[in-house]
Amino acid sequence: MANLKQLSQQEEFFTPGHRMCAGCVAPVVVRQVSMAAGDTPVVIANATGCLEVASTIFPYTAWRAPWIHNAFENASATLSGVETAYRALKKQGKIDKKVKFIAFGGDGGTYDIGFQSLSGAMERGHDIVYICYDNGAYMNTGIQRSSATPQFADTTTSPAGSVIPGKIQWRKDLTAIMAAHNVPYVAQVAPSHFNDLITKVQKAIAVDGPAFINAMAPCPRGWRYDTREGIEMTRLAVETCYWPLYEVEDGQWKLTYKPREKKPLTEWIKKQGRFRHLFTDENKELLEQFQQRVDEEWEKLLRRCGEM
Amino acid sequence: MSNLLTWKEVPKGAFLEKPGNAADYETGDWRSIKPVWIAENCIQCFRCWVYCPDAAIMTKDKKMIGIDYKHCKGCGICANECPAKPKALEMINESDSGDN
Ligand SMILES: Cc1ncc(C[n+]2csc(CCOP(=O)(O)OP(=O)(O)O)c2C)c(N)n1
Ligand code: SF4
Ligand code: SF4
Repeated sequence: MANLKQLSQQEEFFTPGHRMCAGCVAPVVVRQVSMAAGDTPVVIANATGCLEVASTIFPYTAWRAPWIHNAFENASATLSGVETAYRALKKQGKIDKKVKFIAFGGDGGTYDIGFQSLSGAMERGHDIVYICYDNGAYMNTGIQRSSATPQFADTTTSPAGSVIPGKIQWRKDLTAIMAAHNVPYVAQVAPSHFNDLITKVQKAIAVDGPAFINAMAPCPRGWRYDTREGIEMTRLAVETCYWPLYEVEDGQWKLTYKPREKKPLTEWIKKQGRFRHLFTDENKELLEQFQQRVDEEWEKLLRRCGEM
Repeated sequence: MSNLLTWKEVPKGAFLEKPGNAADYETGDWRSIKPVWIAENCIQCFRCWVYCPDAAIMTKDKKMIGIDYKHCKGCGICANECPAKPKALEMINESDSGDN
């Protein structure tokens, strides 16, 4: 159980003065990861994306830890190299400090363009923690759909109108794909549930070997909601079972939070401009289809976790 | 306004000497609404602190002590999440704050 007052006495590795939009939830994820890491020395790699761009505008950096950016598609490969160099130096007796390695990437940089380098790093077994902050589109370049974008979301490359009702495809289930890599630790988290998030990141850091964490990180610009509701947005995604909180530890699937009462999906999507077109008479069917798919996915997860 | 560096002050060779120097960059002037802390309503639960995207909730010796207006962007998350009844954080228009 995270003791916030205790955590507030540590120095965080991410500072204010970064230039992420007001109300962006990605920095909340980064801060909570930092709280979890505590005083463990970490080296951070960042894929290209909002977080990388807006945290390192020259001549400033919001990172207090060693940080490396290489390209959009290779944060995992870059960090693998850093981790390997560390192991070599350790073997040669040139370093004795215990250091941990964390990568941050957006969903575009993780689900899509960085996918093969991530898969490779996981398969090779590097001792790294990869954290995807999933805001559900390529936000930094102006809200293009990614494989993480929810079905029916209006984005600039899946524009809702008379031709298509927003994105056509269901989102890729990256957390499950990472679990299929049989790495020691995989989890899905949301910053609204900070206890759950911090506990899982601590587990991921403690593990000797690769760990993957998928964190929902709403973007007020891309999702089109009032900035004050950023945390409410992930809370509702969890309560409607669109974004369940679970972990896969050494192959064991475990639900870490079960909503007392599963909320209807509309409670989450009605607050977001990207789904506004679904609330018209002619799209009523799509709304039902959306809910049905969420129900199916939730049941599939419950079965995997031995909950039904 | 944040102090912009002149061409003579910008570090040579894109070399940054101070980790975390973004803290010297002030984002407070982005705000159009601002949170006001009502200390007597505060239950010291630290929800605002754990949820602020800009680490703009100030704490000292395990106590919430106020808002860092140099960095707060006025997103309103803290006020929205404050569970105290009545709330210990309220958003007001910058133009009504009497600061300018
Ligand atoms: C190889 C390559 N292609 C395209 C770009 C342009 N680009 C920069 S950031 C970005 C979007 C990043 O999206 P995502 O990973 O989802 O992170 P977000 O910006 O949403 O935080 C793109 C397409 C690039 N930098 N490199
Ligand atoms: S309004 Fe937003 S940026 Fe300002 S203190 Fe509250 S949560 Fe932080
Ligand atoms: S969220 Fe509200 S009650 Fe809790 S510490 Fe902040 S101001 Fe106080």
